[in-house]
Parts: sequence; structure tokens; C-alpha cells
Amino acid sequence: MCTLEKRGDLFLLTLTGDGEHRFHPDTIATILSLLEQAKSQSTRGSILITTASGKFFSNGFDLAWAQTAGSKTGAANRLHQMVESFKPVVAALLDLPMPTIAALNGHAAAAGLILALSHDYVFMRKDRGVLYMSEVDIGLSMPDYFSALVRAKIGTSAARRELLLSGKKIRGEEAVGLAIVDSAAYDSEEGVVEASVRLGEKLAAKKWSGEVYASIRKSLYPELCGILGLETRVFATPKL
Amino acid sequence: MCTLEKRGDLFLLTLTGEDEHRFHPDTIASVLSLLEQAKSQSTKGSVLITTGHGKFFSNGFDLAWAQSAGHGAIERMHQMVKSFKPVLAALLDLPMPTIAALNGHAAASGLMFALSHDYVFMRKDRGVLYMSEVDIGLPVPDYFSALVVAKVGSGIARRELLLSGKKLKGEEAVALGIVDSAAHDSAEGVVEATVSLGESLAAKKWNGEVYASIRKSLYPELCRMVNLTANNLATHNL
Repeated sequence: MCTLEKRGDLFLLTLTGDGEHRFHPDTIATILSLLEQAKSQSTRGSILITTASGKFFSNGFDLAWAQTAGSKTGAANRLHQMVESFKPVVAALLDLPMPTIAALNGHAAAAGLILALSHDYVFMRKDRGVLYMSEVDIGLSMPDYFSALVRAKIGTSAARRELLLSGKKIRGEEAVGLAIVDSAAYDSEEGVVEASVRLGEKLAAKKWSGEVYASIRKSLYPELCGILGLETRVFATPKL
Repeated sequence: MCTLEKRGDLFLLTLTGEDEHRFHPDTIASVLSLLEQAKSQSTKGSVLITTGHGKFFSNGFDLAWAQSAGHGAIERMHQMVKSFKPVLAALLDLPMPTIAALNGHAAASGLMFALSHDYVFMRKDRGVLYMSEVDIGLPVPDYFSALVVAKVGSGIARRELLLSGKKLKGEEAVALGIVDSAAHDSAEGVVEATVSLGESLAAKKWNGEVYASIRKSLYPELCRMVNLTANNLATHNL
């Protein structure tokens, strides 16, 4: 389902297997637990890189699981359960005391795209993989913290609309043009991961205090932090 | 330390001397007093241009002054952070267009000072923008982050500014939408360009109160944080 490895300063979180890496309550719980593990083992210079294997980074919530509840109410409840339980994952990433990089091996849709955007840096492939907020096409309304994240991270009204309101499948080049991702210069899964590792090592060499880093990060997103219940004030001893 | 001159419609605020123009409580008080002076003397068509001498626009708070207090260092830091807030507020409230002409490096609160202006011009060949806090291990004051969020649109640009420890040169600063221009290869060039812009804005003979109220209406969250009200009472020339 997902694994956490340590390579020097880098924590590598991988969504394993060849499927769509959909977020089922169990997956969500596992990811949360691995993020907590990374946090507890973090030191100055720690970095998180999140990636996946196969065609998909993640295709969002496990809607099939919701539907197997048998009734419309049951399905809605299951969906609601996933929306609520995923919120702490976004919070954990915003709170993580280290720089975070999402290395998109493939498609990122809905909650899967939200997971990617919860990282400080997002790299994707040039040749394959799209970003797709499917909610408008499926007829699902947007959880408030999803919209808050998009508002927090994406600057222009036009880009926000293209992401949330157009039903477009946005490819690498366009995603860079809209300033949704940092880079889409790679023609392979390995290329994206390599670039993330290179950036990760550069950032790790700064040996930043993770607590200070996280507090500055959260200070950029006060509204989102409020919605996620994250405390934005921190006490730190600066090296004056 | 700093001076205010008037040249026709233009108020020229200069951080004088060849030092780092660090913000010590006394400097902060002087800057605030000069801004209040400009405000009291403003008329339709007034414009403020802020610049510095030497290698630095401003390198931020006087950390050496804080450190010389030993155990009182944190207290002195808090004092500077607190007393600097009214400077930002005064610039946001100033009843005239404001232009920062960066002669050199602008770091931390020095950069915040620059970004509090309506227009920011820097040099192409020299000078960087640098939010040093992440490197020093200092949390960023809440109203600094609010200013960055208010003025810098893209999430990526905000991250590059606050979270990367990067020293941004002119060309990159323009590409990130942080400054308006980095086209000049000398401090004189930058000042000339800002004077030119200032004169074209002055010619509009705008009502300063209306200008300030429209400016503040763009940044409600920031205004709230620096204790500015954004009320919009003005007489129009309809």
C-alpha cells in the first residue's frame, strides 16, 4: 500500500503497487501513520519526497468502496468519512518539520492531486500524467479544505478556475504555465524522482530547523491552517 | 540615518550612509516620523520615492543590537518587530503613490519595507532580495507573511521568497512577480526610472485619500493585522 524508507537525509514515501492508489480509509490511516513516523524521526536537514509506482500517483478517494455501501445514504456517509479522515493527512503535511516534495510519476486526480499540492514542491512528467480535479464532472461538491488549499497555493483566478472549474486534464507543460507545479521537464518516472532527490539534497544541505521551517510554511496559509485546526504560532530559539 | 527631501511633487526618503541601514529602534522611529511628515505635507499629485545609499537598501533588523543584550536579545527582537509594524501601516496608509528604488540588497524587514511600497524597482546587475529568517532560524512575524501573501500572488513565488533561503536577483524577482522592474545597471538608473514613474503618476493629480483607501481595500487581511481601518469616505470628482 505505502512504504517509508530513509536514504540519508531523505524520507521517501511511496504509494506502492500498480493500481490507482485510491485513498480508502485504510490507506489514509497508513499514510498518516507514516507521516507521523517521519515527523518523529526528523532532524535538521530532513526532507520528504512522496512518489508512487505505475501509471497513477493517485486517482483520489475509493469511490467504489463508497458505492458498495449499498444505499445512497451509505455511499454518502462513506464518502464523508474519507473526506474527514483525509483532512489530517493534509494537516500533517503542512505541519511536517521538513521541506516536502511530490514527485508525480503519473496521474493525480481529486484527493490525489490535493495530496500532491499539500507538498512544498511538485514535480511532474512532461510526457505522461495529468492533473485532474474530477469533482465537477462527477457531480461532487468540493470539500472546503480542498478549495482552501487551491486558494492558498495557486495565485491567479484563471489558474484556480482551470484547476477546479474546467474539468480539464492538465498536462505537465500547462501545469507549469499555470504555476500549479514547479517543473514538468522529465520524460520518465526515474527522471522525476531523480530531480526531486537532487532538489532534496540541496535543501537538506541547508540544515534548517524543521520547526522554524514548518512555522514559516504555515504562516503563508493562515486561512487553510484555520480550517485544518493547525496552530500557526511557534516558539523557536533563533541563532542570532 | 534617513532624510526626507521634496523635489516638486516628489518626496524623496533616503536611508543615508554607506552602512547596512539596519532597522534599530531609533531608525524605525525616524522613518516613521518622516513618513508622518510626508503625510502631513501631502497634496494632490504627491508621490513618495524611497531609496538608500551604498550597497544596501536595508539588511533588516539590528540583530547585533539585540545580541548585545545577552539574555535580553529576544525581548529586543520583539521590540523591533513590534515597533516596525507602524512603519508598514504608515506606508499602506500614505495618501500618495509610493515607489521603492532599491539601490542594493534588501533583506528580511528591509525587504518588507520595500514590498510595502506600491511599486518596487531594483537593479539588474547588483542587489538581491533575501528573506534570511529560515537560514537564521527565526520565525517570520505574522504581518510579514501577511504582506507577502497580500503582494505576491503565486504560491510558488511566495515559497521562493519565504521558504527557500534564496538570494533573488533582479531578473528572477521580476519573473516571480515580486518587483516591477530590474532593468537598470546602476543605482542612478533605478532612481531615474522611479522619478520618471513618479512624475507620470503625479501628473494625474489624484486625491491622496482616495488613493490610499483603494490601496488598503486590496489588502484587508494585512490592514487588519497592522491595525488599519479600510473605511472609504471620500468626495468624488464625478
